[in-house]
Amino acid sequence: MNEPADTVGSLYPTLIVLLPLLGFLVNGLAGRKLASETVSGIIGSGAVGISFLLSLLVLVDLTGRPAESRAYTVTLFEWIAAGGLAVNAAFQVDQLSVMMMLIITGVGFLIHVYSIGYMHGDPAFWRFFAYLNLFIFMMLVLVMADNFLLMFLGWEGVGLCSYLLIGFWHTRKFDTGGYPRGAATTPDAARKAFVVNRIGDVGFLVAMFMLFDATGTLDFGDVFTQAPARFTSGEPLIVAITLLLFLGATGKSAQIPLYIWLPDAMAGPTPVSALIHAATMVTAGIYMVARCSVLFVLAPVTMEVVAIVGIATAFFAATMGLVQTDIKKILAYSTVSQLGYMFAGLGVGAFTAGLFHVMTHAFFKALLFLGAGAVIHALHDEQDVTKMGGLKKFMPGTYRTQLIAALAIAGVPPLAGFFSKDEILWKTFSEGSVVIWGLGWLTAGLTAFYMFRMMTLVFEGEPRFGHDKHPHEAPATMLIPLVVLAVLSAAGGFLGIPHALGGGNILETWLEPVFERSSRILPPSTHGSLATEYVLMALSVGIGLAGVILARKLYVSRRDVVDRFATRFSSLYALLFNKYYIDEVLDAVVVRPVKVGSQRLLWKWIDAGIIDGTVNGCAHALTALSTVARKIQTGNVSNYGLAILIGISLLLGFIIAGWNG
Amino acid sequence: MPPGTPLEYYLILSAVMFVTGAAGVILRRNAIVIFMSIELMLNSVNLTLVAYAHHLADHAGQILVFFVMAIAAAEAAIGLAIVIALFRNKQTVQVDEINVMKW
Repeated sequence: MNEPADTVGSLYPTLIVLLPLLGFLVNGLAGRKLASETVSGIIGSGAVGISFLLSLLVLVDLTGRPAESRAYTVTLFEWIAAGGLAVNAAFQVDQLSVMMMLIITGVGFLIHVYSIGYMHGDPAFWRFFAYLNLFIFMMLVLVMADNFLLMFLGWEGVGLCSYLLIGFWHTRKFDTGGYPRGAATTPDAARKAFVVNRIGDVGFLVAMFMLFDATGTLDFGDVFTQAPARFTSGEPLIVAITLLLFLGATGKSAQIPLYIWLPDAMAGPTPVSALIHAATMVTAGIYMVARCSVLFVLAPVTMEVVAIVGIATAFFAATMGLVQTDIKKILAYSTVSQLGYMFAGLGVGAFTAGLFHVMTHAFFKALLFLGAGAVIHALHDEQDVTKMGGLKKFMPGTYRTQLIAALAIAGVPPLAGFFSKDEILWKTFSEGSVVIWGLGWLTAGLTAFYMFRMMTLVFEGEPRFGHDKHPHEAPATMLIPLVVLAVLSAAGGFLGIPHALGGGNILETWLEPVFERSSRILPPSTHGSLATEYVLMALSVGIGLAGVILARKLYVSRRDVVDRFATRFSSLYALLFNKYYIDEVLDAVVVRPVKVGSQRLLWKWIDAGIIDGTVNGCAHALTALSTVARKIQTGNVSNYGLAILIGISLLLGFIIAGWNG
Repeated sequence: MPPGTPLEYYLILSAVMFVTGAAGVILRRNAIVIFMSIELMLNSVNLTLVAYAHHLADHAGQILVFFVMAIAAAEAAIGLAIVIALFRNKQTVQVDEINVMKW
């Protein structure tokens, strides 16, 4: 990797990362004293906004360079040097990380601005912005790190911020939707997210150990250069490493079986859901797999696992989304499902397609969440879609932006979601298998259906909320980000118009150098015929539109059909509503054994019995000994005098005996 | 010191004095008497020193006696001060009634 020679190259990347950290420090340390929403809001948003502008400058700088020198690293300092381990605090700037930086700071900035309106009046306004900035910082460290260890720092950091932000309203009750029985508190949801994430992190960590053992370095550049020579394709070691890395990705990116934290994470404030659980943090897993693409393509088994887990998650999450009544939960399952798509794309070797969907998804999912926030805000914290309805005339601006987002995620051309989703579907067909494509295709229909079920229930029909509520359009700080995101959701797809439609696929060309090494290892692309591509495109648009129309029809005019369906297939309905009981299953298989094992065996027996027993035993023995020994100390001077006399006599006796003998 | 008195006499006297003093320290309960017993022990040592100095015709022993006497005087001053302080606090000089010197 070359070192940059100019200020844009060396200074800007550092500033991009450090500004949000600075914002966090200012708001976190002085926010309470400032006691001003305006100041906290401007500092928080400003730090991220400037980072975004600098990222844009870096992008411009990169486009101005010849393609082969578009990747460089900026080394801040030597972080760890211990024996064979040398880790630098160094940031990597290349086509991939710039793209992620732009998404994180860009969408992040809009969400910051939105939060100024949404969190208005919250007593801990400053704390919220401090956490948001810390989160952006950690996420930037994650995507800009030039070695595994620094990436892991960011990886853990976003997990921490996610915990802090989900539990932000830590006094509120939160309905988990049946499990655990009754309502839990938001800290429970936060803890769940943290612990589930930790399970994935263990995979990441162990994979890192194994990589270091095999290659002797944690530096991305070195590892990826060595990997093709060090590992033969499909050897058990590389399969184990990539599977463990993927375990980490399933935790962070909410894939089966570790997706369970994401729906509960909706306990946090809505901007948090938009920022962390839709636009940025959950894409960390995708980014990591894409970054390590060289390792993954060396393990075809893992690639298959990634594709299968991805598409299965996409499908099952979509079915769960069909029956949810909490607006944020619908969106949460939708996020899980869309992330599944991305993994399916990565799994068949279409890294660019997966990342393209990361980008478009960031736009429309952030928009959907922020729109949902506006609706929740307008209805005074009402989240149940069955108690909404008819909001179209109260909130026309929000409605229009939401319509664009919903059409985009449903895959209606020419909005962003169409291009990215279609590219993934096409690649799963041409590089993967018909089964994966078929499930993806069905999921596209389900996506369109649940999305327009939500749209219809929220915005169409007669109002079903109480007369005491007077919904109003969102304030400007909230509406402007919605509009900007709507424009991006509409136009973002033009970055990746496929060749079949006469486009240049700018994004694919841009990212090509990043995946150059892995594409050489992958079997050559089969390039299905253009005709097939057109047919598939038509099919996916068809099922998307069908889903849209069916949902509108059912939920506007034929509610009776829906109700009859729900009673007729009540067991299926319950199965979906309870998320296939996977929480209960995990509880019985994992949580309970661990709990019981910890309590009975580890706590009561090993800890209290053996460890405490040893320590306490020593103490008891000493106490017993000293009760005897302290009888000697009478406190009487005469006794002491006698002792001294005897002592001296003995000593002298020995000395004299020594002289003579 | 009369001439012709053998060294052993002095040493025997000194030993008797020393043992008497030591027994006094251990057995008596009155702090003042204990104090006097300590002086007795010191003086027995002085006697030994002087006797040997004469016997060996070496003045170093006699000089040492002056040191011992000076320190004994200082010790007497401090010791009496302690006894007075003790009496003020406990209204007694009986050491067996003062058994605070333990844990």
